[in-house]
Amino acid sequence: MIRLEKRPQPSRTWPVATPLAAVLATMFFGGLLFAALGKPPVEAIRTIFWEPLFGEFAFYYRPQLLVKGAPLVLIAIGLSLGFRAGIWNIGAEGQYIMGAIFGAGAGLAFYPLEAFYIFPIMVIAGAFGGWVWAMIPAILKTRFGTNEILVSLMLVYVAEQFLASVSLGLLKNPEGFGFPGSRNLQSWDSAHNAELIAGSGMHWGVVAALIAVIFAYVLLNRHMTGYHIRLTGEAPRAARFAGVNPARLVLFCLGTSGALAGLAGMFEVSGPSGQISIDFNVGYGFTAIIVAFLGRLHPVGILLAGGLMALTYIGGDIAQSNLQLPAAAIQVFQGMLLFFLLAFDLLTNFRIAIGKPEVA
Amino acid sequence: MDLSAINPVLLIASLMVAATPLLLAAIGELVVEKSGVLNLGVEGMMIVGAIAGFAVAVESGSPLLGFVAAAIAGAALSVLFAILTQFAQANQVASGLSLTLFGLGLSALMGQSYVGVKPPRMGDIDIPVLSDLPVIGPILFGHDIILYFGIALTAAVWWVLKYSRIGLVLRAVGENHDAAHALGYKVIRIRLAAIMFGGACAGLGGAYISLIRVPQWTEGMTAGIGWIALALVVFASWKPWRALLGAYLFGGVTVVQLNLQAAGVAIPVEYLAMSPYLITILVLVILSADKSSAPASLGRNFHASR
Repeated sequence: MIRLEKRPQPSRTWPVATPLAAVLATMFFGGLLFAALGKPPVEAIRTIFWEPLFGEFAFYYRPQLLVKGAPLVLIAIGLSLGFRAGIWNIGAEGQYIMGAIFGAGAGLAFYPLEAFYIFPIMVIAGAFGGWVWAMIPAILKTRFGTNEILVSLMLVYVAEQFLASVSLGLLKNPEGFGFPGSRNLQSWDSAHNAELIAGSGMHWGVVAALIAVIFAYVLLNRHMTGYHIRLTGEAPRAARFAGVNPARLVLFCLGTSGALAGLAGMFEVSGPSGQISIDFNVGYGFTAIIVAFLGRLHPVGILLAGGLMALTYIGGDIAQSNLQLPAAAIQVFQGMLLFFLLAFDLLTNFRIAIGKPEVA
Repeated sequence: MDLSAINPVLLIASLMVAATPLLLAAIGELVVEKSGVLNLGVEGMMIVGAIAGFAVAVESGSPLLGFVAAAIAGAALSVLFAILTQFAQANQVASGLSLTLFGLGLSALMGQSYVGVKPPRMGDIDIPVLSDLPVIGPILFGHDIILYFGIALTAAVWWVLKYSRIGLVLRAVGENHDAAHALGYKVIRIRLAAIMFGGACAGLGGAYISLIRVPQWTEGMTAGIGWIALALVVFASWKPWRALLGAYLFGGVTVVQLNLQAAGVAIPVEYLAMSPYLITILVLVILSADKSSAPASLGRNFHASR
């Protein structure tokens, strides 16, 4: 008989080993899935994880790693702060969209002016857009005790409709021959979030992501607010006695994650994507949830997890064109990863024992 | 704009159709939450039910078989959630989210060859005389069998929760799992059954969307209905009849905004399409003051050897 025994002390090895075990399990079961789809499993896995880094065209794919990874890390860092305190912002996708709309909108208001201050204004507007959108669930939670999970999620669908509305109306390119979508910011120097070093994939979003990692690390380890976040997550009652103001914590965590998601959206629309369009968002806000958990809600872990997740995106694209692997397969792959991660987490607090329980 | 084109009888009849997927998913989740488990994977189970039901209905030519398959698929997916939360002691919020993310991907994968396919039509029940009655006929007697099944299920869940022994045990587990365990009830097993019931209901709800309400398959076609169903459980204060009322209310909002779109009202289409989500938020705000009726153990994990 197989039983679970609670460990006297939480394991120290497993929290670190779990993500690795989850990745290996996902590779194995993902391979089975690919085989079931009639694709060569080993080659598919190799294409996803090896090709972008060391393959023939790696010089092209490696910079893409930064481009895809940066928004994921930026959003996940914000989410992780809340998740640690038991504040569940699930609507990062909506905040990402609003950040993009606000950022692009603020920039386009100046078109066609060329000035050094346009891009900084867009950055602030983007962060503000995401922040405002996150403040809705935050204020409703602190004022009325409304569930932030459901409200932030509902706002994703509202933001998607709003995105459709502005790309057909307010922000539509007047020279776009009637097609939906805004002007392309890539062809307007003052608003273009260009590569800082040509061919490296390094743009301002990557810089912001790295700053966010450092900021979160310092916050969590050296700052009172970070201590309050950790305390609230681990012992909510003790946190109350220690004088933590839960309402302020909710506003801070949701606000920060909203602003970071907004920034991610703004950097994306002014850089890699270039324009506001109806299907501008590609689910980074949801994938970032996986990144946050895979990174153990730890800033450095999230950095690594963001890289890994970016790898599956790029590798997935390659597998799509080389092996005709359906795009949705990668989505399943990512979902599986979260499953295995949560399942293996068991081993941190429990030991698997085989045999009959000892009689105490 | 021509509001006179909106026929109130047809409006009510289509409101009932729009409400049914919500009702099915919400009733399932209500039972799950009554047992003390918060499963946020409703959207994922619905969309997997939608494609599984669609695929089986197309391949077999029988919509009814499709619904059976959808219920099985939803329940099967919910077992993953049950394994994570009941056996591996994983966080219920995170597990539910992973179920939704996984379900959205899986359904997209399964549905690739079904885009643009027309499903076999589910016939409406046609009772001679009754369904020919003016006004009442189309509203009460002109629907498909699953719609009536949804209402019957609501009644059954209400009766079981309120009057039967199984319902009593289920509620006990949801209110205080330690006490229920001490009394000798198998907490994990009961919750497992509740989770699977919820999964089956969500699957049915999903299939109702792909087979009857929209009759086609598109990726992500549940578009947040699963999440609205979760909000509906809060709205209903965990009471089945109020879930029915809420589902009809939301169904009404959806149908009215669609009718207004068709009638060409001056409000832009996107803002009309937002309205169900905005109203959900509004309802959540109004009702969130009262949390007294929530099961006391909701969202807390149970491990026997403590």
